[in-house]
Amino acid sequence: MDLDALTGCLASSACLVTQTTSGFIIGMLLFLVAVGLTLIFGVLKVVNFSHGAFYMFGAYFAMTAYQFSGSFALAMLCGAAGTAILGLIFERVFMSRVYGADVLMQLLVCYAFVLIFDDVVRMIWGPEFKSMGMPAAFQVVPLFIAGGVVPPYYLLLIGVALAAAMILGLGLARTRIGKVIRAAAHNPGMVSALGINTGLIYGGVFALGGMLAGLAGALAAPVRSLTPGMGFSVLIESFIVTVIGGMGSILGALIGALLIGMIRSFGSLGFPLFTEGLMYLFMVIVLVSRPTGLFGKEVA
Amino acid sequence: MTELQAEQGAQALDVPHEAKTRRNRDALIALAVFVVLALLPAVFSSKLLLDFVIRCAAYGLFATSLNLLVGYTGLISFGHGMFFGLGAYGFGLMMQKTGVPVPVAFVATLAITLVVALVIGAICVRLKEIYFAFVTLAFQMLIHSTILSWVSLTGGDQGLRGGIPRPPFLGIDLSNQLHLYVASCALLVIGLFLMHRIAQSPFGYTLRMIRDNATRASFIGIDVWRAKLTIFVLAALFASTGGIIMALFVSGAYPEFAYWTISGEGIFINMLGGVTTFLGPMVGTVLLLILNDTVTRLTDYHGLVLGIVILFFAIGLRKGLMDFVVEWYAQRRNGAGERG
Repeated sequence: MDLDALTGCLASSACLVTQTTSGFIIGMLLFLVAVGLTLIFGVLKVVNFSHGAFYMFGAYFAMTAYQFSGSFALAMLCGAAGTAILGLIFERVFMSRVYGADVLMQLLVCYAFVLIFDDVVRMIWGPEFKSMGMPAAFQVVPLFIAGGVVPPYYLLLIGVALAAAMILGLGLARTRIGKVIRAAAHNPGMVSALGINTGLIYGGVFALGGMLAGLAGALAAPVRSLTPGMGFSVLIESFIVTVIGGMGSILGALIGALLIGMIRSFGSLGFPLFTEGLMYLFMVIVLVSRPTGLFGKEVA
Repeated sequence: MTELQAEQGAQALDVPHEAKTRRNRDALIALAVFVVLALLPAVFSSKLLLDFVIRCAAYGLFATSLNLLVGYTGLISFGHGMFFGLGAYGFGLMMQKTGVPVPVAFVATLAITLVVALVIGAICVRLKEIYFAFVTLAFQMLIHSTILSWVSLTGGDQGLRGGIPRPPFLGIDLSNQLHLYVASCALLVIGLFLMHRIAQSPFGYTLRMIRDNATRASFIGIDVWRAKLTIFVLAALFASTGGIIMALFVSGAYPEFAYWTISGEGIFINMLGGVTTFLGPMVGTVLLLILNDTVTRLTDYHGLVLGIVILFFAIGLRKGLMDFVVEWYAQRRNGAGERG
């Protein structure tokens, strides 16, 4: 425990800005992963335990595309599109077979793929740490805000994530497809009776969730190191986010992700060894006081 | 299933008598199994086999106790491993720091587990399904983080090193592999016997009722919260015993013992062996350990192979091995009955 460091930071505007920015980027990456998780749970009622793998694949796809083309935009596109396709195949070929079965069987299929995907990445890209490197366009002088250092790439990352959140929120609320998805979440039998192909919706939602996680991985690739097990800690953290926010709630995922981002960022100053413990503690406190999460609906 | 039918068929007066016979029969079977296990080293002198059985005892107790929650009560706990870790660390620390005799440390570790499980269980069991799973997971990770960060007590990510002292007591010397083997077998058999008694008791049937329809159970006057808490605590005690065996076996305790993967493996063992039969988790334990040992020896990509095997069970069989065998056997018998 190092409370002096924490209070010292809270008193200095430079440190405050730096830590808040870092909390924001952790939170935004987590949000992108968690919102996919929450969407899949909301529509398919499946807890996708393999979701972290899509984040991992997004990062590796982006790195490979960047190495071949040198284009940052293409790297992001490959990360997002590649995982979307992967999500679609995964859902149609494997997950769709266990919808009627026990929840445990669904978890087991996902658990199997956590193991398989990690080894596949190890086979293709090798077991050692990799790094994509910061694209030249962002290797510029960082901004100084109130004495705190803010790399421009962080701003891009936050901007992209916020844009994705808005597009997703508005898309679900306003468009016809959004309405169909919400209807399918509510009553799949009725939607299917109206002549809409629910299998297509399920596959689409899974692909969308995978794409968001992949985008998060691609965005994280320049600033994080890549390793075969990297999806896992992100998965656990995004579970915490969805549970704190309330399973199935997009706004909840956003608020939950920002809270966890700030806890991680400031907690690492005050409690360097117990930062993870702080997140779990926070989750326990939230769930004990509100069992369905901050924005979750009461389930009967 | 058959016990239930037998119970319904019996006259009211015969029930206590019959229950007693069944208890005696179970005790005899347990004793026979123990004798066979204890005589095993006389026939096969392989050290590897003894090690294998000791590991089976540790994981088997853990997995079977988890099945009391998952299979019998419908409580899918993702954090059961925390009690495995608690047992290992509690016992290890007690032996390293206090130097009390082994039986005292054993009982004290179970007492600590009891208190911790009561507090955590009281918070968790009122939550439903997926939330229960996540809060147990959160508590598990909380304990794991505590172990990692409390370096002065637990040694942090290095674990409890330097060996666990195992002074002899009552002529038993647990630092001798043979003694440890027999003691592990005894703990395993006693543990399984007790858990089987719990599962077959009226309380055990209350648990099945809660699993199938909790609302109905509470309508007929069952205190669901208390029943769930009771089984949560009982299961924690058996998991902790498994952890103690593990700590004795490796002569240490490591943070991985309290990591979520232990709970994941426990769930996987249950699915592998089957959750509807009492011995399913034991079968699953043996299967997983053999699988792990062979696959690790043959290939570096052991997750890939394990994953494919899991997929075979989840998508192919759609149930655990024992469940599959029992169902197949029942179908065969029915088919034969219809033909005859």
